[in-house]
Formats: sequence, C-alpha cells, structure tokens
Amino acid sequence: MRADTATALPAPRDPAAARRIGLAVALVVVLWPAFELAEFRPAKLLDPANLDIVGRFLGTFFPLALDAEFLALVARSALETLALATAGMAAAMALALPLALLVAESLSVSRVGPARRAWLGPWLRAPVRFALILMRSIPEIVWALLFVRAVGLGPAAGVLAIAISYAGMLGKVYFEIFEAGDTRPARAILEAGGGRVSAFCYGILPVAVPELVSYSVYRWECAIRASVVMGFVGAGGLGQQMELSMRMLAGGEVATMLTAFLLLIMLADAVSAALRRALA
Amino acid sequence: MRPGAFVAAPWLVLGGFALAAAASVAYLGVDFVALFTGDSARQMAAFARGFYPPEATPAFLARVAHGAVETLAISALGTAAAAAAGAALALPAAGRWGALLKPPARLALNVLRAIPELVWAAFMVLAAGLGPFAGSLALALHTSGVLGRLFAETLENAPRAPTQALRDAGSGATVAFLYGTLPAVAPQFVSYALYRWEYNIRMAAVLGFVGAGGLGQMLYVSLSVFKTQEAATLIVAMIAIVAVVDVLSAWLRRMLGRSGA
Amino acid sequence: MELSVDALGLVLPGDRRALAGVTLAVARGERVAVIGPSGAGKTSLLRVLGAAVRPTAGRLAIDGADPWSLERGALRRLRSRIGMVHQAPPLPPRQRLVTAVLAGRLGAWGLWKGLASLAYPADIGGAQAALARLDLADRLFDRCDHLSGGQLQRVGVARVLYQRPGLILADEPVSALDPQLADQTVGELNREAQARAVTLVASLHAVDLALRWFPRIVGLRDGAVAFDAPPARVSDRMLRDLYGAESPVVPTQDNRPVELPERGPRAAQPLCR
Repeated sequence: MRADTATALPAPRDPAAARRIGLAVALVVVLWPAFELAEFRPAKLLDPANLDIVGRFLGTFFPLALDAEFLALVARSALETLALATAGMAAAMALALPLALLVAESLSVSRVGPARRAWLGPWLRAPVRFALILMRSIPEIVWALLFVRAVGLGPAAGVLAIAISYAGMLGKVYFEIFEAGDTRPARAILEAGGGRVSAFCYGILPVAVPELVSYSVYRWECAIRASVVMGFVGAGGLGQQMELSMRMLAGGEVATMLTAFLLLIMLADAVSAALRRALA
Repeated sequence: MRPGAFVAAPWLVLGGFALAAAASVAYLGVDFVALFTGDSARQMAAFARGFYPPEATPAFLARVAHGAVETLAISALGTAAAAAAGAALALPAAGRWGALLKPPARLALNVLRAIPELVWAAFMVLAAGLGPFAGSLALALHTSGVLGRLFAETLENAPRAPTQALRDAGSGATVAFLYGTLPAVAPQFVSYALYRWEYNIRMAAVLGFVGAGGLGQMLYVSLSVFKTQEAATLIVAMIAIVAVVDVLSAWLRRMLGRSGA
Repeated sequence: MELSVDALGLVLPGDRRALAGVTLAVARGERVAVIGPSGAGKTSLLRVLGAAVRPTAGRLAIDGADPWSLERGALRRLRSRIGMVHQAPPLPPRQRLVTAVLAGRLGAWGLWKGLASLAYPADIGGAQAALARLDLADRLFDRCDHLSGGQLQRVGVARVLYQRPGLILADEPVSALDPQLADQTVGELNREAQARAVTLVASLHAVDLALRWFPRIVGLRDGAVAFDAPPARVSDRMLRDLYGAESPVVPTQDNRPVELPERGPRAAQPLCR
C-alpha cells in the first residue's frame, strides 16, 4: 500500500460531468418550450371565474345524490356499460381469432411443402397484419367518436368501437401465443395432409387455449374501463351519464357515478383475478 | 402439460362468456343486423368514403403540426410533473416518513389512479379552462397515482443497508437517502416514467375530446362538422407522434441504462 | 475516543441474547482485536460500541457520556466521528467509487454540501488519496457493481479512512480478501490508528491476523468476554476453549486452519510465526 503522498498529481476531473451537464441542458431545452406550448399558466387555476365553477361543482359533491330514481338510473347505466363491454369483447374475440389464424405462419401449409396456392400466403398475410395494426393504433376512443358520428349516440357505437380496437390488440396477442407455442404437432398434422383448421384444432388450440382465455379475461376488465371513458363522447353507459351530469355541474350525481364506476371496476377486477387463477 | 390433454376450465369460461355476451346484446336492445344492412350500411359506407383522401393543404398541415407539437408538450409535461409528484408521494406511501402517513398517502395514490384520465381532464377543463393546460394537469394527476404506486413498490424493495450505514455515521436523513437509496431506485423510476410516457402520448392525443387541447381537440371539432378529410389527416398525425414517442422513449431508456452516478 | 462498557447486555428481536454481561474499557488510541466463533456477538458488540444499536442492559460510555442520553444533534455529531467498516459493504451497486468514498464525510458536510457533491464531486483528490491507500485509485470513477466483493470491502475501508473518525470500528473488514491483501488492509487500518492516535476496535475471523497486528486481543464467546490479553499471553488452550472443544482447529485468513495440540498446558505460544 502506498503511503499518503503529499506530492500526488492534481486531482483528476470527473469524466461524467460533461455528460451530466449535457443531459441537464437537454432537459431544459426540451421542457422549457413545452411549458409554453402547453400554455402552462398556474395562475389560471386561481382565476375567479374558474374558481367559482369549481367551487360550485365541488360544493355539490357531498352529499352524494342517493335518491331512488337516480340510483336506478346509475344501476341501469352501470349494467349498460357492463353489457357493452362484454358484447364488444365477444365481437372482438370472434374477429381476432380468424385474423390471427390467417397471419400465423405456424399454420402455413406452404411452409411445410409445396401447396397449390402457396404464393397467396404472403399477399394475404401482409394486408391482414396491416389491418390489425391500424385497428389497434387508432385509440379506442377515436373509434368511439367515429362510430358515434356514423351510427349515432348510444351503446351501439361503444360496442363497435371496442370490437374493432380490441380485435386489433387481441389479434396481435393471439398470433404471438400461436407462434410461441410448440408448433410441431400442428406441422405434423399439416405434413400428414390435414387442413389448417384441423391442424389448429388438434395441434395448437389445446395448449394455447388457457393462455388465450386468460389474456382475454384481462382485456375484458380493461374494456369495462374503456367503455366508461368512451361514454364521455357519447357511446352509452355510465360515461355518457357522467358527462351529462358534469355539464350540469351536478357534483353529487358525478360523485355517485364515480363511486359506482369504482365499485364496478373492483368487481370486474375480482372476477377477472379469480378466473385467471382458475385458468392458471 | 401434455399437448392435447383436455382441460375443462378455459372452455367453461368461454362458454360462460358466450352466454354473458348473448345476454348483453339482448339487454342493449341494439339491432346489429339492421345496423349492417340496407340504408344504415349505405350511410356508414358513405361516411367511411368521406375520409379519403386525407386533407393535405399546407395551411391545414401547419395547424396539424402545431397540434402535434402541442400534444407532445402536454404528454411530456404531464409525465414529468407526474414523476415528480409521484416520487414525492411515494416516500410516505412506502413508509419512509413514518407509519402514520402511510395509509393516507396510499389512499391519495389510489384515488388519483382510479379516476380515468379523461374524467380528470373534464374536471380540469372546469378548473383551468379549455386548452392544453387542462390536459397536462389531468395527465399529471392520474399518472402521479400510477407512478407513485410503482415508485413506492420500488422503494419498499430497495435495500436499507446503505442508507442505514450512512445514518449510523452521523448523516442527516435526507442526504443519507440521496446517497444510499436514490442510486438504487433512480434508474427504475426513470424507466417507469419513460414507459408511461409512451402510454401518455396516446392519452394526450385524445384528452382534447373534452376540450383539453392538442390533436384531440382538433379531431373532435373536425368530426363535429363532418370534415372527415381533416379527421383522416389528424388520425394519421396521431399515429405518427405515437410512433415517434415510442422510438424516443426506447432510445432514452437505452442511453440512460448505461450511466451511473 | 475512549470507550467503556459495563455489564453490557443486548437482546435482539426474536429473543436472541447477543451479548450478556460484557465489561470492557478501551482507552484513546488503543487498538483492540475481537475474535471468537460465529455467533459469538462480535458484530453486535461493535454495533453497540458505535451507538448504532441501543443496549438492553448495562452501561455504555463513549468519551465518558452515554450516547443514548444525548439529544439528536449531539448524537449525530458523535456518530459522525465514529467510522464503521461493515463486513458486507453497504454500497449501492450503481454508485461510483468517488461518490461512495466521499459519502464518508456526509455527517460533517450537511445537506447543501452533500447535494452539491452529487452534482460534481466535492473532493476528488481526497477520495483518490483514500483509495490509493487501498490500491484502488485507478478505479476512482468506476461503478461499484464493476468491482469484486473483495475490492468492495476495501472501498468500505477507504470510506472510513476518508472520514477520519476518532473511533474506527471494523466488523470483519477483510473476510473476502486473500491473505496478502488482508494483511495489507489490516496493516493500513493499524497504521491509520497509530498515525492519528485514534481508537481502533476490529473483529476478525482470522486469528493469525489478530495476533500479528493488535496489541490487545479480546476473545468473545456466547456474548461474553472469554479473555482479554496481549497476544503474547494468548495460549493455544485459550484459543481452543474459545472456538469450542469439538473443534480443535482455529480459523486463519488463508483458510488452512491450524490444528491445536490436545495434550497438556503448553507454553503460551503465539500462533503466527
């Protein structure tokens, strides 16, 4: 061990300092204009007109609106949300499964050996993949707004919006589950001359089903949350009612509906967790 | 599991789900068949055709660009503010400020998290007026609940020994935390925040539906007056900025993963 | 710093008695080695001496005062003058050595200097000098998770050296080092204690190191002092009794335990040659 040398070289500079300063500068350069662009003016929160509105709204938060007629409306709306999420999910699954099948290369007859329409394969797969990507890239609430404009206010728009956007998401995950599983049984069936459907039903499905259903149950829970949000743009259910109440600044009604929403989510969460445990 | 072994559970769930779906359709009373046939179908087709070609005049594109940048700003600001607030709330929520503050902190985080961003946005429009400020606030509020809970979990799992050793050597609680615990949790915090930014840009794009600025507000207006070609351009712009943020976020996470304090 | 404990007792959570009736006095500038089998209470003793853990029985006096009766500010100041080397270095993996070593003086620096040092290390030269004494100066800006266990132990020692405390408590500071490095490190600790006339209490697993470097050996067994003597007076029999009659071997740093002869009272022979 060297003794403490008083004649040591001058202390070296911190090599990471330049990088740290650069990062800090970059952060400022990025966030400063962001404040401007996002019109970040905290003073607006204290603007008397706004404070008045907020005050009136919050003032009516308690007591919660609990009269029988309103509670009945809330219950109906919650059921409507549940129904629209469930119906939408069912449609999404029905749509996603065949689409995922189409793009799953593990079921490609042409990969196993020469097939009559082998050249069709990639031509079919690419547009289907593109369609799936489009379906899930457009936010579900945008789909909801589009459908509200197309078919009018109400739960129909919500069902369709969930059906399309979730079909995109489910399609991708189903496809990944199919590809990730052991593809040998399926290929064995294809090689033996069986069609894609039998290869799927006997080769891939038995192993994939628990994971498929588990993920779909998880997505159903998300769909309920999404349905409420979609309701804000007119797609029915609790969300639509909440938006109406908020426009009227009826705080108590909003508070009741928020509570109902939270209870609904907790219920769905519990059911979903229980089902997924049973499937694991 | 043996391939081909028959497991009943998934099929039962599926069966139950099919029943529930049928009941749902019945309850909703929507005639889906009528929706997709005849007049109704023709109307929808006409509506869909109205989106092509997307509006591409320079003046409009300039407005879209401005809206896109505004949306980016909302998402960046909202996420950054949420990271700060979430970290602040995570300390008591992880019990670092005593057992008394833990339950209220956790409650606050849960309330912030449970209320969807859009609902927060509707509230914030009331409190701060129409425009992107409401959007940033809404994102910040909701996301601080999400990040705060993730941060609290990270804090609880962080080893206590480094901080404790520094306190035993006479250091104050704050610097002991900064030197002992922060180096262990900071990379995880930043990673969570960047992941969340990827989700928040999608949210920021649509918060405008309730008046919180950005591309969403423009899209809502365009669709309200049935200017579907403008809507098409705006939707493309939304998809584009989501892709941009995905790439940026991944790049930042890679870069920061290589550094240390 | 001078230490004095009287009938010290410590019961850990789970009702485990770690220390039972330890009486010891250490004068300023003394260098003491604590040896004993695993579970003897060496770590507990050091933690009590360092005012990190409160004893459940008996008296503890550091520089004549009971640390636990001090008010918070005074206790912090006292702790900042006590340097503890931990067996498992409490270093965050992603932290760089320079920051880890400088953290030794956080007790003296306070909040603002500590914060500023995070932005740019306040005393790179000092950290480098401390690491140089442990032959690690070339790793100054490396991250802790790029070092081996043994190197990290030496960083822990460097931190305490940088702290310049009045009392050094070392809990098995060289357990992960090979015999030559261990010897050098223990030597460095001893040189520091002698050069600045500060008190050093080190618990060691390797008896040969203890006997070689320290002028006073305290044997601890089952939470009580078995013997307290200079190395010349520590006989093989005392060591055998300390480490248990079932095991006639005594641990050393190079892990080639020395077997003790069974028969008769031997002349007090130090183990090291």
